[in-house]
Amino acid sequence: MNVNWVTMVPILTKALGETFQMIGIALAFTIVFGLLVGVLLVSTDEGGVYESPFGSRRLGSIIHSVLGFIVNIGRSLPFIILMVVLIPFTRLIIGTFIGPTAAAVPLTIAAIPFFARLVEIALREVDQGLIEAARSMGARRGTIIWKVLLAEARPSIVLALSTSVISLLNYSAIAGTIGAGGIGDIAIRYGYQRYDNAYLFTTIVILIVIVQVVQLVASAVARTLSRR
Amino acid sequence: MITITDLQKSYPPRNGRGTTVEALKGIDLTVADGEIFGVVGQSGAGKSTLLRCVNLLERPTSGTITVAGQDLTTLGEAELRAARHGIGMVFQHFNLLASRTVAENVEFGLEITGVPKAARRARSAEVLDLVGLADRASAYPSQLSGGQKQRVGIARALAGNPKVLLSDEATSSLDPETTLSILELLKDLNHQLGVTIMLITHEMEVVKRICTSAALIEGGRIVESGNVIDLLNTPKSKIAHALFPLGESRGAPGNTVVEIMFAGHLADEPIVGRMSREYGIDVNILGAAVEIVSDHRVGRMRLELPGSLDSNERPIEQLRASGLYVEVLEATR
Repeated sequence: MNVNWVTMVPILTKALGETFQMIGIALAFTIVFGLLVGVLLVSTDEGGVYESPFGSRRLGSIIHSVLGFIVNIGRSLPFIILMVVLIPFTRLIIGTFIGPTAAAVPLTIAAIPFFARLVEIALREVDQGLIEAARSMGARRGTIIWKVLLAEARPSIVLALSTSVISLLNYSAIAGTIGAGGIGDIAIRYGYQRYDNAYLFTTIVILIVIVQVVQLVASAVARTLSRR
Repeated sequence: MITITDLQKSYPPRNGRGTTVEALKGIDLTVADGEIFGVVGQSGAGKSTLLRCVNLLERPTSGTITVAGQDLTTLGEAELRAARHGIGMVFQHFNLLASRTVAENVEFGLEITGVPKAARRARSAEVLDLVGLADRASAYPSQLSGGQKQRVGIARALAGNPKVLLSDEATSSLDPETTLSILELLKDLNHQLGVTIMLITHEMEVVKRICTSAALIEGGRIVESGNVIDLLNTPKSKIAHALFPLGESRGAPGNTVVEIMFAGHLADEPIVGRMSREYGIDVNILGAAVEIVSDHRVGRMRLELPGSLDSNERPIEQLRASGLYVEVLEATR
C-alpha cells in the first residue's frame, strides 16, 4: 500500500472540517428543537404539566398525537431517501443542495425526531413524585419543566445527545455521497471508487476515534451531573 | 385552620371503560389551629386522595376546602399557587431533587416564591439547623440515610413558613427507630412553630405518638373522628381498640369480663388493687396496655371478675363512679 501523506493530509483535514461544520450546524438546531419537541411530547401527554393547554384536554391530546405522528414519519424514512426528498426544501432555504451547509438541513430534519424521542424517554424517567412536590410548593409549569424535568434528566439527556451526535456522524457520511463533502465523501470517492485503501482505512480510524471521544466525554459529563 | 365540607372525589372511567370510582364520598372534617391531626385508614380507604385534596393536588369533584380562612376550591390558578406557598407538604418517598444539594433542595420553594438568593441561603441554613442537618447542607440526597432525607423534606416544607404542614405517610418507608425520631421532630416543630399538621398514615403508632386528634377513614367516609383522648373514652371506638389491641383472651364461663379505659390522673391510681381489696374479689387481668398518647398516660385493661354480672354490680358501679369508662364484654346474670 503506497501512502502519500503529503496529498492525503490536506484532503482529510478539509473533509474533517466539512464534517464538523455540517454536524455542528445540525447539532445546534437539533438540541433546541429536539428538546422542545421532547418536552412537548411528555408534557402534553395524559398526566403531563400541559395535558390541558388553555384548559382543553382535547387540544393537549391533539398536539401530542400530531407531534408523535410527525416524529414517527421522520424516524421511518431512511436517511438517504429523506435527503433526496428534502432537496427542493434545502434549495429553497440555502439556495443549493451541495456542500456541508446545505447538508445540515436534512441532517437536522433527521436528527430532531431521533433526539426528541430520546429526550422523551429521559424525561419520562423523572419521578412523578418530584413533579407533585414542585406543584405542592406552588411551582409554575415552566418552573417544573426547567427546574425539575430538564434539570433532573440532565445526565440522560447528555447521553442522548452523544447518541445523536454519533447518528449525525453516520448520516453525514451518507450525505457525502450526494455532494455534501466531509469525511464520508472521502471514504467513498477515494477509498471505494478509486480503490485507495489508505484513504478508506484512515477515514475509518478517524471515525472510530471521533465516536470514542464523543462517547467518553458524554459518559464523563453524565457521571458528573448524576448525583444518584 | 382546615375545614373540609362535604368533599367528594370520583374518578371517571378511563377511556370510557370500567365504572366511576368514588374515592371520597362526602367528607366533613375540621382541623383546629395548632393541632396534629391524623387520618388513619387502610390502603385504598381514600386517605391519600383526601390529603391531596387539601392543597388541591387533586381537584375535588364537589365540596369545599378552606385553609386558613381561604376557600381553595374557588381560587384561580395563580391564587392557588400563592395559597400553596402557605401549605407545606412532606412525602413518603421524600421526593427530593437528586441533582440538587440539601441546601438547594430546601431553597427550591423559596426560589418559586422569588426570595432573593442571600435570603434563601440564610433561611435554608436556619431550617436545616431546626431539623438537625446543618452540617449536611452541601451533601446530595443520595448521600443521606432515609431519616435524613425526610428531615430535608421537612426542612423544605417549612422553609416558606407555612401555617399548615401536610404529611403523606412521612414515616412509612422508615425503620421503627427512625420513625420515632421523625415523629419527635414533627411534634417539636408543632410545639415550637405552632404549625398545624395534618397527616395520613396506616400506622396506629403514629397516632399514638403525636396526634392530638384523629379520624378513621373507611371506604371513602370518615367513620370516627375527634380528640384522641376523647376517642379513647368513647364506647366501641375503633381507633381506641386499634390503639390498644388486647388480644382475644376470654374469661372462664360464669365469670364477668369487663374492659376499662382510663386516661389522665386515673392512670396513676391503683384502681384494680383498690377494687380487689375493697370488695374482696380476685381480679384476673386478661390483657392490659398503658401508653403515652399525646402526652397523656392512657390505658385499656381487660379484667375478669369472678361470678355473674349481678354479683359484680357494685364494684363496676364504683369503677364508673371514679370516672372510668367500663364496657361489659361477657356476662351471665
